[in-house]
Amino acid sequence: MTESVAIAERLSASSKQCLGVRGLSKYFGDFAANRDVTLSVDAGEIHALLGENGAGKSTLVKMIYGILKPDSGSMELLTNPYSPDSPSDAKHSGVGMVFQHFAVFDALTVLENIALGLEGRFPDETLAAEIAEVCERYRLHVELNRRVHDLGAGERQRVEIIRVLMQDPRLLILDEPTSVLTPQETEQLFTTLDRLSDEGRSIIYISHKLDEVRALCDRATLMRAGQVVDVVDPRQESTRSLGEKMIGERLNETKRSKASNAEKQKARLTVRVGDVYPESTRNVVLNDVYLSVAPGSILGISGVSGNGQDTLFDVLSGELTLPNPDSMVLDGEPIAHLGVEQRRLRGLLGAPENRLGHAAIPELTLWENVILTARHTRGILKNEHLISGTSAKAFADEVISTFDVRTQSVNAKASSLSGGNLQKFLIGRELLGQPKVFIVSNPTWGVDAKAQLFIHQMIMKMADEGASVILISQDIDELLSVTDRICAICHGKLSRTFPTDEMTPEHLGALMLGQEIDS
Amino acid sequence: MIFVEARAVTRWYHEWIAVLIALLLTVATASALLASLGLDPVSSLHRIFIRPLTSVYGVSELLAKATPLITIGVALALGFRAGVWNIGAEGQLVMGGLCGGAVALAFWGIDGFWVMPLVLLGGTLGGLVWGAIPAFLKVRFNANEILVSLMLTYVAILLLSVMVHGPLRDPEGFNFPESRLFHDAATLPKLFSAGRGHIGFIFAILFAVLGTWVVKYWHLGFEMRVTGLSTSAARFAGYSRDRTVWMALLIGGAVSGFAGVVEVTGNIGQLVPNISPSYGFTAIIVAFLARLHPLAVIPAGLLVALSYLAGEAAQLSLGVPAATTQVFQGLLLFFLLGTSLLVNYRIRLGRVV
Repeated sequence: MTESVAIAERLSASSKQCLGVRGLSKYFGDFAANRDVTLSVDAGEIHALLGENGAGKSTLVKMIYGILKPDSGSMELLTNPYSPDSPSDAKHSGVGMVFQHFAVFDALTVLENIALGLEGRFPDETLAAEIAEVCERYRLHVELNRRVHDLGAGERQRVEIIRVLMQDPRLLILDEPTSVLTPQETEQLFTTLDRLSDEGRSIIYISHKLDEVRALCDRATLMRAGQVVDVVDPRQESTRSLGEKMIGERLNETKRSKASNAEKQKARLTVRVGDVYPESTRNVVLNDVYLSVAPGSILGISGVSGNGQDTLFDVLSGELTLPNPDSMVLDGEPIAHLGVEQRRLRGLLGAPENRLGHAAIPELTLWENVILTARHTRGILKNEHLISGTSAKAFADEVISTFDVRTQSVNAKASSLSGGNLQKFLIGRELLGQPKVFIVSNPTWGVDAKAQLFIHQMIMKMADEGASVILISQDIDELLSVTDRICAICHGKLSRTFPTDEMTPEHLGALMLGQEIDS
Repeated sequence: MIFVEARAVTRWYHEWIAVLIALLLTVATASALLASLGLDPVSSLHRIFIRPLTSVYGVSELLAKATPLITIGVALALGFRAGVWNIGAEGQLVMGGLCGGAVALAFWGIDGFWVMPLVLLGGTLGGLVWGAIPAFLKVRFNANEILVSLMLTYVAILLLSVMVHGPLRDPEGFNFPESRLFHDAATLPKLFSAGRGHIGFIFAILFAVLGTWVVKYWHLGFEMRVTGLSTSAARFAGYSRDRTVWMALLIGGAVSGFAGVVEVTGNIGQLVPNISPSYGFTAIIVAFLARLHPLAVIPAGLLVALSYLAGEAAQLSLGVPAATTQVFQGLLLFFLLGTSLLVNYRIRLGRVV
């Protein structure tokens, strides 16, 4: 502890305020990404930056980290004027950042990756010793000689954090650090962050997970539409009140009403597969997957990303067909050998995780995107070969008006919609097709809280109307509030299924880490 | 400082403004080149670009040259939209010319309304087979269609050479490597009294219209376009990549083969070792100049055909080398690709803020 105190003294010698931001604005064309933003972060403070997607959090930290130049306003770091020209400038001034998407090289070892981030350092014994020391101090465990492609998301993040800590930063920026972590890994991260703050280092913590912010942060700056709307002590606020301030409107509670009599019904879809080898070697091999869903019921599949969810989605949607038709049975009919289109005609619809480039094509208009999956409904395809633009536009219009999709018209390109609106459109596109089985992967990833709520209601409505839903997600809160039954996938294996009522976050976390899954 | 910024909104006319800028830059650079040779740019440009169009003969020649460019350009535009890079249209054209020509020679001296359709069919099938080879290799072995189709071009050219030096050589032709002249029943009618323009041009226009219809209304066209834009979205939609590869190369091969047989029966009138001044390659420029819109291939094809005429005119009246045509075409493609950046990005001049 004495070492920590010494570091704390050294760091806090200067003054109480670490970073001061005054009147910062940034425009992209006519769009104000940040307008007159003021932010103050004290030494040793863990300061949350809260806001919906598109509220301007990323723009703000990009300016602090020297990636973007503000159009007006000023910054101060440790009472000195601060205007970084580049991230390298920011690093030299003592600002470090851990990005949401990791900038690590898969083919290199941990040690080499860290050395690359440090100017003029080589991956030698001396550096390894220094890293070991930092790891020890902040209880960050990684093996330096392993190659990064073997590491899980949590470990990759640790590599990034160590890389930043090696530069002895005064201010550390973390962008949605827990989005890829299990509850246990999140716990570990918080320990590290507390330790850093004890030493007097300041942390800007970007998140939209309100519980975490309440547990971890000393103060929170709330942003909405590019402006700061409030600065609060998150510990004095409830998750609900924080959420309301963030969105500016009252939230409705999402809670799945007690699953009707769905449990007792016969399963509509049964999946029973042995080993499945995906086409791409990047995807995880599935083994021994057994699951079944009844009509009107929602099955949740949790798991840390990269544990076989992609392969599982492909198998369920039909993008990956299986040789034995009986591996999947839909309403008594073997379908595992059938491709996407044949399954769709039998009422099995889906919405993959990747919205642009998988579920929809960014360069095409909304009505053209309708043709991708809904072409067999409402006469969009005439005589099997001709496209009826009128029918497709009418369908797109119906989706837009039914599900409150905010867009200019059916002629808007898919890429022009915000994540939430596009997801509403994509799920709506399938919902209007009255699915018997609906498979959806991470539907609310990167979606703001209001749209998230709406999407959850859409999914639950689908189940209430009798569809069997399989929800693959990394968001534990989402799974616990929306599903009827829940299981976890880890290294391509599926755990037992439990009723959601009996599931706790801790238990789910353990399942996600592969406990209770026998080999 | 010069900044390149992504445009917030892209409008449809941005594409055509970019094309216009590319044309202006091409003319400006050509002028500079001419000036550096000591020629007066304005009168020289007039002489090589405008004067050829002032006579029926000139227009007829223009249409003759534009015919294969437009025909193949339409097929390539469809294939390129699907992300299938058929670079071997030249070889498919040669095979079309060779096979169609062989049919014409087989029925030499026989009259009948059915001879011409048979000749055209023979040429189309020749090109189709030549396009099917890279398609099969791509689907079966994932062989790169760019390399395979390109290399097959040289095979086709050599095959044509072998045939006109050997089996198809004119028995009364004093051992010149040429076939007999096709008889009237196997020759396409001319459009004008002067020049070589023939009714193949009408076919080319029909192809462009048909291509537009395929792109806009036919589900297959949509399917190919989706596959070109994103393979995983296409897979999710239930579209097969293999089908797209087959269709793109078969359409490209058949249409290029058709262009080849039209070229030999409408324009040349016999088989010779060299039936195409790289129309198949130049059609790639045409397709991109048209931004892969089948209807826009018509003006693009006419424009590039003009660059052939201009090259010839430049040789004759200005005494500059034959490579001038390629210089014009190279400049055009270069500027076209360069300015395509402007469609999605804009350039802003200013200081660092």
